[in-house]
Amino acid sequence: MIKIENLSREYRVGEETVHALRQVNLEISRGDYVAIMGPSGSGKSTLLYLIGCMDHPTAGQYHLDGRNVTHLPEAALSEIRRHQIGFIFQSFHLINRLDAAGNVALPLMFAGVQRTERHERVVSALERVGLAHRASHRPMQLSGGERQRVAIARAIVMNPAILLADEPTGNLDGRTGLEILKLMETMHEQGLTLIIITHDPAIGDRARRLITLRDGQIVTQKS
Amino acid sequence: MHLADFLRFSGSALRGHRLRTALSILGGSIGITSVLLLTALAEGARKYVTQEMESLGATLVIVLPGKVATSGAIPFVGGVAHDLTLSDAEALRRSVMGIRRLAPLTVGEANLAYGALHKSGAVAGTTSDFFPLRRLHVIRGRALPPSELSRGAAICVIGATIERDLFGGSSSLGKMLRIGESRFRVIGVLAPKGESVGINIDEMVMIPVASAMRLFNQSGLFRIFIEGTSAQGQETLKKEVVSTITERHKGEEDITLITQDAILAGFSKILTALTLALISIAAISLVVAGIGMMNVMLISVTERTSEIGLLKAVGVTSRQISMVFLGEAVLLSGIGSGLGLIFAQIGVLGLRKAWAFFPMQIPVWAVGAGLGVGIGAGLLFGLLPAWRAARLDPVIALTKR
Repeated sequence: MIKIENLSREYRVGEETVHALRQVNLEISRGDYVAIMGPSGSGKSTLLYLIGCMDHPTAGQYHLDGRNVTHLPEAALSEIRRHQIGFIFQSFHLINRLDAAGNVALPLMFAGVQRTERHERVVSALERVGLAHRASHRPMQLSGGERQRVAIARAIVMNPAILLADEPTGNLDGRTGLEILKLMETMHEQGLTLIIITHDPAIGDRARRLITLRDGQIVTQKS
Repeated sequence: MHLADFLRFSGSALRGHRLRTALSILGGSIGITSVLLLTALAEGARKYVTQEMESLGATLVIVLPGKVATSGAIPFVGGVAHDLTLSDAEALRRSVMGIRRLAPLTVGEANLAYGALHKSGAVAGTTSDFFPLRRLHVIRGRALPPSELSRGAAICVIGATIERDLFGGSSSLGKMLRIGESRFRVIGVLAPKGESVGINIDEMVMIPVASAMRLFNQSGLFRIFIEGTSAQGQETLKKEVVSTITERHKGEEDITLITQDAILAGFSKILTALTLALISIAAISLVVAGIGMMNVMLISVTERTSEIGLLKAVGVTSRQISMVFLGEAVLLSGIGSGLGLIFAQIGVLGLRKAWAFFPMQIPVWAVGAGLGVGIGAGLLFGLLPAWRAARLDPVIALTKR
């Protein structure tokens, strides 16, 4: 499903060129469960955002579902993100002025889904993460674990094929982190492709595949 | 995405910063208020001048016998070649289009007497049309009746002072007033008016024009007053008057026309310039408000980088993100303009109370233009923030903690 060939990404920081990714080759099949580990600055996030069609590579090719998406224009990439990819972040990225239901409804709203259908899908997404009873609470009224559940509900509400998580348990205590991880694994069992960036070796052990990056290159792959 | 959703989402962002939003709206509303108030003031001034002019008859053409040369050259032969006669007046009435009213006028001084009392007074020979034409009102009795120009009945309408002086407080209606050697029946009394263009109406006696010409043994008229049906037809009317008289006077153009439209046009030009100047000054405050709003929105974009990144991550397009911020700009400026309209209306009502004589009013076009310009300025000054937001790199926006 995901096929990456010789993918490189360089940034210019002042006079310097930073090689965030160097000629990475990677294939991930549908329904896989992959953990990506590595020290800070190893290119984990860069890789994740490239997979998530949020960024353009400097060189190399990226095929998603057999379609070459390397040089697609911004509008087409938005379309892919909207329908195929769900993002989960370490700091949740919820909009504080909207309640839980409002946050989950965002992707539906911008996709032009009608209000009544939107409501049904929001309720069912919140049920799947076990937060239906907190629908009208604002993020500030929720615990960290609950906030991440809202974020997961938002990520799955458009029924994407891929779930990309950037250190999803990084801001949570161990027990809550494990709950969140188990929730995402449930989604994976229901057919989603799950890709998680993490510092936590325990997560690395749970994943079906573990990829380790260093200096923008894949150093080990375990499956 | 639906428009209502856009506005709701934009509105939620504005509600998140109530004070900031309120101040932006206030700034915009002050801009619109000043534009509308100054427009109302300038329009009021225009109306006031026009009204004053129109009370003198905006479509009035006064025909004088003799050509007054205004070119500066001194004519070798002066004087009047031909009299302006009653038949000239009759011919004008018959053949010139676009005349609403026409009144010939002849004047003279005569001894007025009733019983033992007598005084000298001005006598005007004219017709029924003269009364509405010069906005003269009869308080008792009636005005001169319409009749043929050549018919000289022995009737008169007298000014208020004449009645007081000669009839000593009792009603003059139906009594016989002696003018010179003739006797005229009083059929009406004019409302006191005082001076009107240099003539004291209260001291006047009006009699049919033919009677006056006989009384003073005149063959020519003093002038002919013509009121046109419309201000637009004024030029045509003047040309036709000149050509009709010239034809009758054996090809000699020996009359002079006086009109007020030239003066009015001059005033109108000055007032238009004044209006534009006032609106330009007011527009500065609108620009200031717009820049203030842009500043606030740029801050808002900076504050919400992670929100913008998140929106991009869930598949919101750059265009939709611009729309969100433009939506906020339109909401801010729209509410500001609406409030400005209300403030301006209140201001106009207040000023009208203070200066009752001044017909101040916000013209309908200014309401539309004010709202349009206000929201337009909002859109214009919202463009930069919206463009900034749309261009934001989502990866940087999301990874910034």
